[in-house]
Amino acid sequence: MDKHALEEALRIKERFGGIVTAISMAPLTATDSLREAIAIGADDAVLLSDRSFVGADTLATSYVLAAAIKKLGKFDLIFCGNQSLDSGTGQVVPEIAEFLGVPHVTYARKIALLDGGIARVERALEHGYMLIEARMPLVLSVVKEINVPRHVSLMRISGAMQAEVRVWTSGDLDVDGGRIGLLGSPTQVADLFLPAIKRRGEMLSGAPDRVSKLLLQRLRELAVI
Amino acid sequence: MEMAACRGVWVFAEQTHRKLMSVSIEMLGCGRKIADKLNTDLTALLLGHNVRDLADQLVAHGADNVYLAESELLTFYHSEAYATIIGELAKKHRPEVFLLGSTSTGRDLAPRVAAKLCTGLTADCVSLDVDERGQLLQVVPAFGGNVMATVLCPRHRPQMATVRPGVMKTPTIVEGRHGEVVEIPVDLKQEDFNIKILDVVTEEPRAAPIDTAGVVVAGGWGVGNIDDWRLIEELARSMGAAVGATRPAVDEKWASEDQLIGQSGKTVRPRLYVGVAISGAMQHLVGVQDSKVIVAINKDPNAPIFKAADFGIVADFRDVVAALADEVRKLK
Repeated sequence: MDKHALEEALRIKERFGGIVTAISMAPLTATDSLREAIAIGADDAVLLSDRSFVGADTLATSYVLAAAIKKLGKFDLIFCGNQSLDSGTGQVVPEIAEFLGVPHVTYARKIALLDGGIARVERALEHGYMLIEARMPLVLSVVKEINVPRHVSLMRISGAMQAEVRVWTSGDLDVDGGRIGLLGSPTQVADLFLPAIKRRGEMLSGAPDRVSKLLLQRLRELAVI
Repeated sequence: MEMAACRGVWVFAEQTHRKLMSVSIEMLGCGRKIADKLNTDLTALLLGHNVRDLADQLVAHGADNVYLAESELLTFYHSEAYATIIGELAKKHRPEVFLLGSTSTGRDLAPRVAAKLCTGLTADCVSLDVDERGQLLQVVPAFGGNVMATVLCPRHRPQMATVRPGVMKTPTIVEGRHGEVVEIPVDLKQEDFNIKILDVVTEEPRAAPIDTAGVVVAGGWGVGNIDDWRLIEELARSMGAAVGATRPAVDEKWASEDQLIGQSGKTVRPRLYVGVAISGAMQHLVGVQDSKVIVAINKDPNAPIFKAADFGIVADFRDVVAALADEVRKLK
């Protein structure tokens, strides 16, 4: 659960109203992290969990997430973290948006809502930012600089451990079975291997000043310092 | 897409302020090799406003064709307009391979296009090749970083991949190479879209650039806190080195995204790399493996980084780093 994404959604809700729903596609063990999202302030939580989802690449994952969002109905904003925890590829935001037929903005570092259903977003670039106006509904990913997530007491979190999390399986969603999970994933892992690394592998030891001298002597012999 | 009908290798030629990104040139070098192995053409996609003169550079660096789409709407990267134009071109011309630089633009554009084409995309590849059946072999670190995985896209086309800047070598220019520039008519208007680019603002980077430094000192999760991170910066200062960081150290905000080394960050090739309190996940090691000499300091004798190092010191870095900085200063 990306706390910065949730925080931004809560701040917008506190200012403009609305309902915040937390969604995750994960094994059933992720129920507690969705309960934590409720403790932090989400109104509702949905866990997409099914054996047929296992092994999904980002396209198959985005397809299921988009199907769940369609089932939830009308929305204004969807916030995602910048990278999914297990793969770090950051592909789901543009893919979900495409499947939903709505615009997307990645790497948002500042968001302001204007009249007429327009969001003004600063999108972080390598050296600077791009200022974008986007019409909602809109899918966004946020960078961690966007906010400082609120602190929630352990008592409040443990108090939410009984909160209801809806669990949806593939049967609850309008999805094509050929496009989910491992078999519905265009990319496949063909091979795992250990890369060959050829290095000297010389271990140096001794007291700090001695080992430092020894290291610098080696580095000077190799003319790198 | 019908697989047998798909031919050709495409590279997205990213430009900003009418200058080509270095990663796009690197991708042309990589794309050229793949196109030669597949015995097919290499096509560069150039989108922008008044960018026609950049087409010559793309041809000189290996492109056989340049698809040129020009419009004021395309001056800056516009996710909807760029993805619409590229998606339609791909549906019409059916490339088998499509490569993009993994920049803020490439990371935003590639998944949108992949979803339009319902195809696979492998992000931040550290190497690309072609097997005997003509499939693209996409190599990425896997499973927490102890092994590498070869990823295939067996039944969908195009096979899409992104690569971070600095991973692939810059190809040499071939003077007198000929290529064809194909103008792609753009009849899209701002009113057709839901997003509008108001401005692009440049800001100065905070830290010394790590990708051009001769010496890099990097710290990882094991540094533990922002106060001890100063020790890493102090050692770097003594050596005239740039400071690099692993993903966990950047997530802790001890260092900025600019300083991130590895699969999803920068690739460095200094003459000397010193990794401090870094265990050595493959996601980090792929970004330092071309360094001339690698030094590792870690208190865990079983840390994988020692297997990838020329010199290793098993110690708590807090004990060694200050002494090392002192000894370096004595040399000067």
